[in-house]
Amino acid sequence: MKVPISWLKDFIDLDDLSIEDIARKLTLAGLEVDEILYVGLSMPDHAARGLHSSEKHEFKTGGIAWDREKIVVAEIREVKPHPNADKLTLLDLFDGQQEQVVLTGAPNIFHLKGTGKLPKPIKVAYAKEGATIYDGHAEGLVLMTLKRAKIRGVDSYSMVCSEKELGITGEHEGIILLDDDAPVGMPLADYMGDAVLDISILPNMGRNANVVGVARELAAMPGRELRKPEPKLNVSGQSVRELVEIEITDPKLNPRFVAGLIRDVEIKPSPYQIQRRLKLAGIRPINNVVDATNYAMLEYGEPLHAFDYDVLKKRAGKKKIKIITRAAKDGEKLKTLDGHERTLNPVNVLVADEKGSLGLAGVMGGEESEVGDKTRNILLEGAAWNYINIRRTAKQHNLPSEASFRFSRGVHPAMAEGGVHLGLKYMAEWSGGAVAPDLVDVYPLPPKDAVVDITVRDIHRWLGIDLTLERAAELLSRLEFKCEVKVETLRVTAPDHRMDIGEGIVGMADVLEEVARSYGYDNIPTTNMADALPPQVGNPVHEWEETLRDQLVALGLQEVVTYRMTTPEKESRIVKYDEYVRIANPITPEKNVLRRSLIASVFDSLEKNIRYNEAFSFFEIGPIFEPVKNDLPREPRRLVIVMTGFREATAWDVKEPAKLDFFDMKGRIELMLGGLRLTKVSYAATESHAYLHPGKAAEVKAGGKAIGAFGELHPLVREQYELGDLPVLVADFDLDVMRSIPPAYEIKPIPETPPIYEDIALIVDESVKAETIESLIRQTGGRSVTGVRLFDLYRGDQVGAGKKSLAYALTYQAEDKTMTDAEAAAIRNKIVKRLEKEVGAKLRN
Amino acid sequence: MQDTLSEIERAALKSLESVNDPSALEAWRVANLGRSSALMNVFSGLGKLSKEERPVIGAAANRVKVALESALEERSRLVKAVALARSLEEDHIDVTLPGRRKHVGRLHPSTQQLRRVLDILAEMGFQVFTSREVETDEYNFQLLNFPPHHPARDMQDTLFIEAEGRGDNPIIMRTHTSPGQIHAMRQFAATNPQDPPPIRIALPGMCFRYEQITVRSEVQFNQVEGLAVGKNITFADLKGTLTDFVRRMFGEGTRLRFRASYFPFTEPSAEVDVECFVCGGKGCQVCKNSGWLEILGCGMVHPVVLQNGGYDPRVYSGYAWGMGPERQLMLRHKVSDIRYFWGNDVRFLEQF
Repeated sequence: MKVPISWLKDFIDLDDLSIEDIARKLTLAGLEVDEILYVGLSMPDHAARGLHSSEKHEFKTGGIAWDREKIVVAEIREVKPHPNADKLTLLDLFDGQQEQVVLTGAPNIFHLKGTGKLPKPIKVAYAKEGATIYDGHAEGLVLMTLKRAKIRGVDSYSMVCSEKELGITGEHEGIILLDDDAPVGMPLADYMGDAVLDISILPNMGRNANVVGVARELAAMPGRELRKPEPKLNVSGQSVRELVEIEITDPKLNPRFVAGLIRDVEIKPSPYQIQRRLKLAGIRPINNVVDATNYAMLEYGEPLHAFDYDVLKKRAGKKKIKIITRAAKDGEKLKTLDGHERTLNPVNVLVADEKGSLGLAGVMGGEESEVGDKTRNILLEGAAWNYINIRRTAKQHNLPSEASFRFSRGVHPAMAEGGVHLGLKYMAEWSGGAVAPDLVDVYPLPPKDAVVDITVRDIHRWLGIDLTLERAAELLSRLEFKCEVKVETLRVTAPDHRMDIGEGIVGMADVLEEVARSYGYDNIPTTNMADALPPQVGNPVHEWEETLRDQLVALGLQEVVTYRMTTPEKESRIVKYDEYVRIANPITPEKNVLRRSLIASVFDSLEKNIRYNEAFSFFEIGPIFEPVKNDLPREPRRLVIVMTGFREATAWDVKEPAKLDFFDMKGRIELMLGGLRLTKVSYAATESHAYLHPGKAAEVKAGGKAIGAFGELHPLVREQYELGDLPVLVADFDLDVMRSIPPAYEIKPIPETPPIYEDIALIVDESVKAETIESLIRQTGGRSVTGVRLFDLYRGDQVGAGKKSLAYALTYQAEDKTMTDAEAAAIRNKIVKRLEKEVGAKLRN
Repeated sequence: MQDTLSEIERAALKSLESVNDPSALEAWRVANLGRSSALMNVFSGLGKLSKEERPVIGAAANRVKVALESALEERSRLVKAVALARSLEEDHIDVTLPGRRKHVGRLHPSTQQLRRVLDILAEMGFQVFTSREVETDEYNFQLLNFPPHHPARDMQDTLFIEAEGRGDNPIIMRTHTSPGQIHAMRQFAATNPQDPPPIRIALPGMCFRYEQITVRSEVQFNQVEGLAVGKNITFADLKGTLTDFVRRMFGEGTRLRFRASYFPFTEPSAEVDVECFVCGGKGCQVCKNSGWLEILGCGMVHPVVLQNGGYDPRVYSGYAWGMGPERQLMLRHKVSDIRYFWGNDVRFLEQF
């Protein structure tokens, strides 16, 4: 909400405070000032104030200051033709000190050209030579300084200004025509210099979405007083009560409806100062009647609606006008004043008469009863509406309006009467109309007064400060709470502009928040918790995953975090699922389901990166989402590793490193599982994962349970990605199963007896698995063989077709003595014999 | 004979003067101290000498041998020193050539930041509590004092999951980690419903909003919340805890400022501005010259939330605060585009 400072000053004295002080006070109280826009008032010189660090430039600031010497109120006395240019005029102008001749092309005084001395001078904003203003012809806001120049043979050194040139609006179609009472010669900054605070209104602070509401927060400072508007009306003619009646069909939708009448208005533009304030507040001026409703709403907080009384009268025929409020019927139509025909439903609330709908209550009026240039008599509505209906209606019809903004946050029904009075007052002032006596006021559902009792102990227990009840009462009174100090309790009654104070313990918290705000959050001390420490429970799942992350990073893998959202199409490249957790309102069709596979997500990242690096080793740990019909999905935790590229980093002397393959992945997995202290691990070839190469895939078991699978990506799957030519390795683990396997904590002692090392090479058929040989070696050697390491694998002429040679480095060691060569040889012979018998192995050489 | 020995010594020492490398040294040793050298011939000829001459010549030959050996040793040291000096002078590499890199692993920047936050909180006694990412409206909103159609729901645009027959309790992507507050309170309260134990937990995790993905906004983001519930916990304690936390997180002496704010699940609520840790509060681009950064939202746990968690608000009180690790990283490292985080471009990731 945009609030001009000049408007605030109608209700509170602030002259001793800088604009920034005001903005800071509001910001700390919860009315966050997003920006200060200067429109004429002098801007702070931060450089000059740099001595005090507390006076830093805290706010985004923009706008322009008007030089008090060079920009003043002036009057045009005559509009003369320009000797050499048809579209330009020369103004005889008086700036309070001397007569000037000023050149202008302004269209809004052009019609006065050559009409001689004006019967009533026109007041304008006059910028003298040397003044700095915005360039009216430039795109956007560009400052310029007025210099002397000749335009079509006439000296030009000053100008009468448009709103754009003075930074009031972007309007440059004509010059500003000030109100007649503007004092000639007065610095314009003194007459109408302003600054606009752009304030974010929190959802619970709808009560502050008006000038008085903002002033009230400032009045909470000690020693300041809020001057609330108290409109006094001169009334005449027949009472509105005799002319209009109101029927509220559902008080829950419409707790109160107030209507007033003003006769014989003259529709015309509002005074310039009013228009200027509305523009600064972001509202387009329409005419004096519509402006009065908007102005009163911005000032006081009650949205108003003006009906053309004669339209209502015509619709009522011979009968008394009867306003009816009700829920709309399904499919009922209404043409709103923006010209759109809208189809309604029962969530929408209507202001209607016996002939049908007149307007969408609290959101937007209807076209038929809209105030127009010919309108003479006005029925002014101020009402209270159910905030939920207003909120839903504004959303359904995409009609965010100033009225619905306020109603959807809750406007207290007590505001209706004051709002209508204020609106009538401004209409009378600006349009010359006569206000009819009384108001029609139907108030079937007044809200209960919010009354809360608080104690010294409550304040201490919740806020950590010790206040007497008297002191708390003083703090609350500044925000217009009615306070009654009793023996042990303070009885607090919320003021009748507030809907946010609850009952009982909730009311206590609501009131304590106001005590804290009024006391100032900054004045509350900082203390250490005195409360007992909670029982220690830890989070084993989280801790285990963090350990796993550390293992993977130590193995040279880069963690990625991808979107939980994807599409079935994207995942179908890896694996097809029929059922998904589907998002009902996806932000994009690219993210319409929750992922069922972490692999697909990581591949998406890989694919995007593949151009930029020579090797990728990515992992992600996170949930996948398994649908459960009409209920919460399961969220099992998975780990995916993807690797491709070179084994080593290339360098200026390392040109062609080996490619990563199956065994690089396997080695990482072995080390990872070792790091998690899982020892009983086995690997078996698998063909049950369609995305993996059937000959290069393995299933991993630990502690007898399948925990995951890995291998090289199937060539047909790889074709669907742009992943380059190198093998792509992928591993997928079920972390919930993996975590359930008890780790082996015991470590082996370091042997103290000397080892004997020996290499043996064995020739076997291709079909014999390395794992078989190694386990036969270990079985046969028993505890005397402490190390078995495959160091060479050879295929070729020397061993013959269909055969392979596996070379192992063996370590023999006795537990309690030095093993002799003869003992080692005996064990070796036993091993070789066993291998010969079981797998037909031959010792090579 | 004595003369011969003197000549052997003189000649040998003279020839040693021109020996300048290890192989010449070895040749000199063979020629002068080797088995067939003149000196050794003197030793092997000793037997042929008279009984009187033998000890005299023997002693003299021995003296020459010792003299030659020590001269050799000295020369050898000199030759080595010269060779080393020469090699040190000649053996220069271009130290500006790039070093050989290794493929290294790193944690995602968000994980790194989450760890920093959680490590500090752990030391302050806040234990990690995690909960599900897909939630019910009840846990995400209603139990946290967001009634249906409450204006505060506008602050958290929500992604809904397709499901039927859920009425006022649709399935949604959690918009904040706060549903964990209810899960945690209920879990703790269940251990002793009559007198529930105090709570101090940190709630990290991924959250989701109905937001277009742009430079400034993301559909998913991490959040960490802190929650303390007990019998004597005050707003002043909240200020104390956050002051400690902020100073650990952003540096000793970092100032902070509490502004009144609104969250449905806390009351009183506040936003915390932290003195800009990029410029130290002097004013810079990151803090838009304000000297302050908006880092945290916090407040006293709302009585309705305590009640819904199984903690009687007339006896218990508590505070909660929340913050975004990605936002902290963006401010700290001047990350200009929030999409970098889930884009996983290595050129971004490897800078952390």
